[in-house]
Amino acid sequence: WQWLLVTMLSVCVHFPGLTESVIAAACSRVGQSVLHLDRRNYYAGNWASFTFNGLLSWIEEYKQKVQITESEQVWRSLIDEGEDVVPLSSVDSSISNLEVFCYARLALILLTTNTNEEHEVSEPEEEQHTSDISEPSQSQEEKDSQPISSPADPPVEVEKKITYQKLVKEGRRFNIDLVSKLMYSRGALVDLLIKSNVSRYAEFKNIGHILTCRNGKVEQVPCSRADVFASKQLTVVEKRMLMKFLTFCLDFEQHPEEYQDYTEKPFREFLKNKKLTENLQDFVLHSIAMVTQQTLTEEGLKATQHFLRCLGRYGNTPFLFPLYGLGEIPQCFCRMCAVFGGIYCLRHSVQCLVVDKASNKVKAVIDTRGQKISCSHFVVEDSYIRDEQRQSTAYRQISRAVLITDRSVLPSESDQQISLVTIPPLESSAPAVRMVELCSSSMTCMPGTYLVHLTCSSSGTAQEDLAPVVSELFHVSTIPGEEPSEVLWVMYFNMRDTSALDSSSYSLPSNVHVCTGPDGSLGSDCSIKLAESVFHHILPDEEFCPPAPNPEDIIYDGDGPQAEGPGFDESVNTEAEEEGAAHEKNPSTEPAEMDSVADTTPSSEE
Amino acid sequence: MHGRVKVKSTAQQEEEKRKEREKKLKAFVSARDAVLRKRSAGEHDEEALQLTQQLLSSNPDFATLWNYRREVLLQLETSREKDEVQKLYESELHFIEACLKVNPKSYGCWHHRSWVNTRLPQPDWTRELGLCDRCLSLDERNFHCWDYRRVVVKESGVSVEQELQFTDRLIGSNFSNYSSWHYRSTLLPQLHPQPAPDSASNTSPSPTASPQIHSHRVCEEQLLKEYELAHNAFFTDPNDQSAWFYYRWLLGRAEREEMISCVYVSRERERVSVAFSKPVHAQSEGLMLVLDGQPQQVEWRSTHPRLRHSPVWLCDLPPGSVSDISNEHNLTVHWTEKYTHRDCALYTGCAESWCRDSATDQELFRSELSVEKSSVLQAELQSCNQLLELEPQNKWCLLTIILLMRALDPLGHEKETLAHFQTLKEVDPMRSSYYSDLCSKFLIENTILKMEYAEVRVFSLSNKNLTTLCHLDQLLLVTHINLSSNQLLRLPPQFAMLQCLEVLEADDNAIESLEGLYHLPKLEEVSLRNNQICKLSDLESLASCTKLTRLDLRGNPVHKTANIDSELSQLLPLLCKSQAFVV
Repeated sequence: WQWLLVTMLSVCVHFPGLTESVIAAACSRVGQSVLHLDRRNYYAGNWASFTFNGLLSWIEEYKQKVQITESEQVWRSLIDEGEDVVPLSSVDSSISNLEVFCYARLALILLTTNTNEEHEVSEPEEEQHTSDISEPSQSQEEKDSQPISSPADPPVEVEKKITYQKLVKEGRRFNIDLVSKLMYSRGALVDLLIKSNVSRYAEFKNIGHILTCRNGKVEQVPCSRADVFASKQLTVVEKRMLMKFLTFCLDFEQHPEEYQDYTEKPFREFLKNKKLTENLQDFVLHSIAMVTQQTLTEEGLKATQHFLRCLGRYGNTPFLFPLYGLGEIPQCFCRMCAVFGGIYCLRHSVQCLVVDKASNKVKAVIDTRGQKISCSHFVVEDSYIRDEQRQSTAYRQISRAVLITDRSVLPSESDQQISLVTIPPLESSAPAVRMVELCSSSMTCMPGTYLVHLTCSSSGTAQEDLAPVVSELFHVSTIPGEEPSEVLWVMYFNMRDTSALDSSSYSLPSNVHVCTGPDGSLGSDCSIKLAESVFHHILPDEEFCPPAPNPEDIIYDGDGPQAEGPGFDESVNTEAEEEGAAHEKNPSTEPAEMDSVADTTPSSEE
Repeated sequence: MHGRVKVKSTAQQEEEKRKEREKKLKAFVSARDAVLRKRSAGEHDEEALQLTQQLLSSNPDFATLWNYRREVLLQLETSREKDEVQKLYESELHFIEACLKVNPKSYGCWHHRSWVNTRLPQPDWTRELGLCDRCLSLDERNFHCWDYRRVVVKESGVSVEQELQFTDRLIGSNFSNYSSWHYRSTLLPQLHPQPAPDSASNTSPSPTASPQIHSHRVCEEQLLKEYELAHNAFFTDPNDQSAWFYYRWLLGRAEREEMISCVYVSRERERVSVAFSKPVHAQSEGLMLVLDGQPQQVEWRSTHPRLRHSPVWLCDLPPGSVSDISNEHNLTVHWTEKYTHRDCALYTGCAESWCRDSATDQELFRSELSVEKSSVLQAELQSCNQLLELEPQNKWCLLTIILLMRALDPLGHEKETLAHFQTLKEVDPMRSSYYSDLCSKFLIENTILKMEYAEVRVFSLSNKNLTTLCHLDQLLLVTHINLSSNQLLRLPPQFAMLQCLEVLEADDNAIESLEGLYHLPKLEEVSLRNNQICKLSDLESLASCTKLTRLDLRGNPVHKTANIDSELSQLLPLLCKSQAFVV
């Protein structure tokens, strides 16, 4: 319990999501001592990635809603004269309306032998209800509810179906994120990863397809020059109009005369004015700008511009995805924090803050073991703040669905593509739904399956918002005569979106920095910008995440530059060199499917 | 501050790097010297392979070492079994691959690789094709690899279809890469050749045959698909030249048939002028002149000493052979190499005679632009006009429209063409001189056509902003030419092809050089007012025009020269005897 000795801290970070991890890494990088506490037994909070089994336990935990009984006595005695106490919440209420459905059959049953059983199963829709799922032993009865194979189908087909048992058995291969985001190639997150050298801790994969769903049909969105050229859906005139518009968006600020009459009007009207066909308006609005019908012109233009600027840096789409899931990213920053001396404690949290009455500043925290730890700054996630400390509780909700399917929504030559699908609202009042389909080579699901994330801002519960989309995309046969996509497992939940809150929303001492949770947008810019501003608030004169030095350039105390074991030095060195060579010079390596940001310097972007 | 990581300074790092480099250089130099010693000692052994391998893997562009390596390999080959030879060369391929990683554009590496594959008992072409795929996906413009790919494809018999699909893929991922388009243009005629035209056309083409159909053509069905592909590209990005170039290739250009286009004979000079459909070197082309059934020994010369290849050639007949106006003569010029000839009859009472085809625009100029059917061209013109509506400033589109219009109906579209040229010069001022020259060319063509239709020997093209002269071989028979009020800078050597010219008007230009006024036997009047002739020496060539009686040089800098009259009379004594001489 060495860490318990560390009681003089510069920064104490609580509940590390992405923002908190970045702040912690940045502080630690410039020499601050950082203690990182989390009451959970995993990193990254709502930014976490779970194995399938891990997710099942998380679901269990959610249902039990463990209430930790606090004993005031433990910390009362630690409070001195002139000190005040601000208790923290011990219950995380950021997740709600969790529902789970399983469509995978529990065990392999040969259809040929039990056609009668089939009929039996197709009725009890109720039975698939989740609560049963976590105890799969409860019934051996076939739980297949899908509009599944008619008896005419060859039984071999059915036998190949992945069972629930198989999902559990291969559960390790899943990395299921609670948050679904992609990384904009020129977004704040990628820039930060490159700048800080944190990118060396992770690997990335290109998003291969940008898709949309119109009239129940999934189709490709022509967004890059090559896509527009190859598109079969557009007429040549449409191609020209679209390219012309996109080219204009790239530097729209230079041509204010083109849009100034529309600054107060919706983007959609501007698109109409630009003589884009209905078709093209949908593409631009929903899939490229990814804004709503109500978004104003300038914001729409900016969003389009951002999308376009990200194209081509790492491939034909503007997005990257970290292998092993989004949860890797906070962990990478945690690792950097640890490399520069940050300390981590899981299953350990802060009960309350000790505030100096005179200065109204937090001077220490008291943890769940009754230890009083001094600190000069305290960084905490919003969900730990009790309602008493809130000035406003105006937050939104995000509706989420996580699906495990066994086929892609748009089968193509390569079945190992990550796709982003934007689904325009079915009714104009409803929000657009964003879907990310991850293939198994993204290291987030077992081979033969796809992990599908759906996200939208909530108007009802997640299930109400997203179930119609799921049935539209996965239950309706797209090509006559073909089986519809099979969904094996579904989870719906709502997540609180606190991104609209800022420091004025809380009544807290000025050295307590509240970080909002993940927002509903596709990128992570909001979290990174927040991290940077909190960092500058804590350390106004320090650089935010300067590049971490290469291991071979570090001088170890007392010895010459080569002192700390040449073995270590060498191995790191050659590895890095080989990697570099493979990327830049090696004409015979595989076409760079897995682009590693680590090897990408701005000079090799073109 | 405590807890901060200490990092080496840049100076320290630089110093370390410098030392490293020094060490490497030393090792390299000593290894190189050792290898060169071995080679001069004629040693061809395993050690030589190893040493050259070390050197080449750090510098694959050392051609001498590759040569040495080949010598060594050939030597080793003789003493090995077939299996071992296979192994030897396979490891060589691996080594080359490593070198290519150092420099994917090394001439030495690629050449050596081709050579190794010719030595390999069982070459693995699939592997080689895969290597090309990978290299081209990393750098789609690596021409070394493109070349190597062609070798591999040829050797391994990869189907043309497969290669076409390969270009589909490359063009799909980046249609700005002309390498892929070009490769496509070499594959299509093999895969979808145009059905052969009537078999008759190949045998002894008559002088009146239409222009040859281009041999590298593609069948119509496939062509329509290719047009669509090009449309997709230039509608997507009209500023990308690759697709436009490919499109120009699709529209196709025919070469004119090689033939004698005109034979002219004049009694007075006893001279024969022969015009060909393209520039030739008559002395080596096997020309034969037959006069009244008698082959003649004549000396062919071009119209100007500076033209070694020329479309117009002259020869003088033996003195007295045609001078008597009461005799009738039959003249034939044979072009033995091309199995073609042209007859010309000189009748009693005629001072001159000629034989030529009355040229139509189709034969003269259209074929240079396209051999497509007019219905196809019309459709293409429509597509381009549609694009121009969206992109009124696009130079590629404007230029293509001009070419299509010319291919369809040059005279009918003249007005629109000129307007488009005006726009072109405005949107692309960097190339305005090119556009002016091109426009001049088209105007001259149009004027020639009009002259043909009117059946006159007068060529008038004044006040049209001409910047250059061309097609002068077509003006062999012209007697009067008016080029006043243009922007001409010179009368080029080709101007000497106007063998019948009597009167030249070229006032109000910016002419500095009169090179082309050279041995024009009938030239009598030259008006060059308000031009830029500066020196008396510029007028020297005029001395060869023996019939010149009138020369107007007013408004030229040379006019201000002191003693201009006496200087001129020295330079042009013949001219000065006549009364009508104007300075």
